[in-house]
Amino acid sequence: MTRQMTGAKMIVQALIDQGVDTVFGYPGGAVLPIYDEVFQQNSIKHVLVRHEQGAVHAAEGYARSTGKPGVALVTSGPGATNAVTGLTDALMDSIPIIVLTGQVPTFMIGSDAFQEADTVGITRPCTKHNWLVKETDKLAGVIHEAFHIATSGRPGPVLIDIPKDVQFATGTYTPKATVKSHYQPQLKGDMDAITELVEAMEKAKKPVFYTGGGVINSGPAASQLLRELVEATGFPITSTLMGLGCYPASGDKWLGMLGMHGLYQANMAMHGCDLMINIGARFDDRITGVVEKFSPNSKKAHIDIDPSSINKVIRVDIPIMGDVGHVLEDLLKVWKSRGRKTNSEAVAKWWKQIEEWRAVDCLKYEQKGPVIKPQYALSRLEALTKKYDRYICTEVGQHQMWAAQYIDFEDPNRWMTSGGLGTMGYGFPASIGVQMAHPDALVINVAGEASWLMNMQELGTAMQYALPVKQFILNNERLGMVRQWQELLHGERYSSSWSESLPDFVKLAEAFGAKGILCSDPADLDDAIMEMLNHDGPVLFDCLVEKHENCFPMIPSGKAHNEMIMGEVDTSTAIDAEGKVLV
Amino acid sequence: MSPLKIKKGAQSHSAYNLRPNFSDVEERHTLALVVENEPGVLARVIGLYAGRGYNIDSLTVAEVDHTGHLSRITIVTRGTPQAIEQIKAQTGRIISVREIHDLTVEGASVERELAMFKVAGTGDKRVEALRLADIFRANVVDSTLESFVFEITGAPEKIDAFADLMRPLGLIDVARTGVAALSRGS
Repeated sequence: MTRQMTGAKMIVQALIDQGVDTVFGYPGGAVLPIYDEVFQQNSIKHVLVRHEQGAVHAAEGYARSTGKPGVALVTSGPGATNAVTGLTDALMDSIPIIVLTGQVPTFMIGSDAFQEADTVGITRPCTKHNWLVKETDKLAGVIHEAFHIATSGRPGPVLIDIPKDVQFATGTYTPKATVKSHYQPQLKGDMDAITELVEAMEKAKKPVFYTGGGVINSGPAASQLLRELVEATGFPITSTLMGLGCYPASGDKWLGMLGMHGLYQANMAMHGCDLMINIGARFDDRITGVVEKFSPNSKKAHIDIDPSSINKVIRVDIPIMGDVGHVLEDLLKVWKSRGRKTNSEAVAKWWKQIEEWRAVDCLKYEQKGPVIKPQYALSRLEALTKKYDRYICTEVGQHQMWAAQYIDFEDPNRWMTSGGLGTMGYGFPASIGVQMAHPDALVINVAGEASWLMNMQELGTAMQYALPVKQFILNNERLGMVRQWQELLHGERYSSSWSESLPDFVKLAEAFGAKGILCSDPADLDDAIMEMLNHDGPVLFDCLVEKHENCFPMIPSGKAHNEMIMGEVDTSTAIDAEGKVLV
Repeated sequence: MSPLKIKKGAQSHSAYNLRPNFSDVEERHTLALVVENEPGVLARVIGLYAGRGYNIDSLTVAEVDHTGHLSRITIVTRGTPQAIEQIKAQTGRIISVREIHDLTVEGASVERELAMFKVAGTGDKRVEALRLADIFRANVVDSTLESFVFEITGAPEKIDAFADLMRPLGLIDVARTGVAALSRGS
């Protein structure tokens, strides 16, 4: 049965058929027909953001916390260009989102029309794929294929640019089931390579699992299989920033996060291991430190669905191309069928070494004096919210690293942070997306005052939709991470890294009708956090913290995993000339 | 049957050789891509190369299957073996790229390029240019009393050699198509 309808109606129908329940967006001239259709239905909730960047980050937050694709709807020209940061963020972190943009009518494309931009041209390098749809008959098919591409293989953002005349015109709706895509990524790993990895695992004396966002993207089953594998083998496990939650922080095999601000035991284990099993991570430069000195004596296996991630940065010995869930299932099967062997005696010795590293207690800090240490603030937040059904977002900077260090994640999809692109302003709109997906959960955005201000307009969105998102701002009146690098690299010349003319955050909250809480005394902190948790509505928590606290431990630029700075040292020699040019 | 009609190499069935032998020596590779013939597909490919800093020695593109809406892009690129593997993997990530083959490693292949040379001169130089063109089996496609335009087809090295010979004889303009390549055999 063919169904005739307008392009605008087709868009809404296709979203409904794809199971979309929420769209984040902002109207404008080139999407008016779509908004007219959105107005006349009740299946999809539309969340009006205050800036298009917010719409895309909210869609990302929705996607990361549910595993389902997020959807954003914006207008042509500035609407589309404002979406670019969110698209790039989603591309770097492999987040499935679908962004629909309006475009000037087809007959005006290329004429420098009002609010015209070459949207597909601008977004080509920051999407997994994009389309300009010039015929209404093709529209529904493209939308269905877009969902398939965004969510299959290595997930990512896609964009569909839809001229206004295509929205008005009538065409034939293509049902979801009839759309066949050429894009069919390989999910199963090569069995010979998997067997080779099992053999290496049987012999390994100093193994380590190095896991990443690919485990979470593969779905909850992959996290379950990973847990089973870790428990069965007894091997230690670490994770990247993106992979936190794929293995529970309370598990005794957990070493904590690795990388530039990772834990000492995790980085030392990576450096000293003889078998590194990379599961869904990509040897990012925040992880490897200087490549030449990265884990010099290990055999490396790498499970990744994207062949371009394999051998890109680090040459590996056992490459396995496939979906983490599928490969782990086969890996467990092969390992069990061969008698569940490990070199348990050697691994026990390895654990003894790891326990010595763990005993260094690299995250220790001392809360003394009248000023709140950021580490203390996050430790208290962790302790007081542990029992909740909890989702944590962050902005980008020191607070982000401290959140990763001091907050424990037990499950996947509970941690939303901008890892690859490092987008300040990500966390607040992301928390709105998370809260829309999980109305009854506790959603906290751990922020710095500078990052938070980058998308503060979304407080209006939180109020409009009564989303009780908690904005926990570690306010050091500094761009903390920039300041830290200036201290380490630029002779303590703090060029433009302080936050001048800050607003009174309590009054700012009140101006939007939200609740503001100011806390500056460590003795008041617990009560203030409880007040935040007990308030049924958005809260802006202004936590005044130590202004010149540095984030440690740290692998300085140009150094290896075993050359971490553990605390305040003579910083003038921490980074050499070669390291200075690195970011 | 693949529109490339390439017999897959016995050792590497896929363009993704996940276990490459790495060295630091730069290699020249000819890649054949089958892409969906849609607006912007060439921009996707060259945008990737520009954005990631890959070399393009030459690039040719034309539709090869009208009913299937498929075009073929032939790219000659250069890099260390690790870079070449990365180039192939990244190119393969483009959704519009249906197939990618590395003709340099997938068995023997044949490469051809067409070029036109404008040579101006009189007297002995003009006679010598014509004589050399004959040796190289170049055709004269335009002639005046002071100039020739030669058309020549061949492997890039042959065209380079012809250009070297024409330069002292009054070469004033060159147009080259870039490499088109096919695997040998059926």
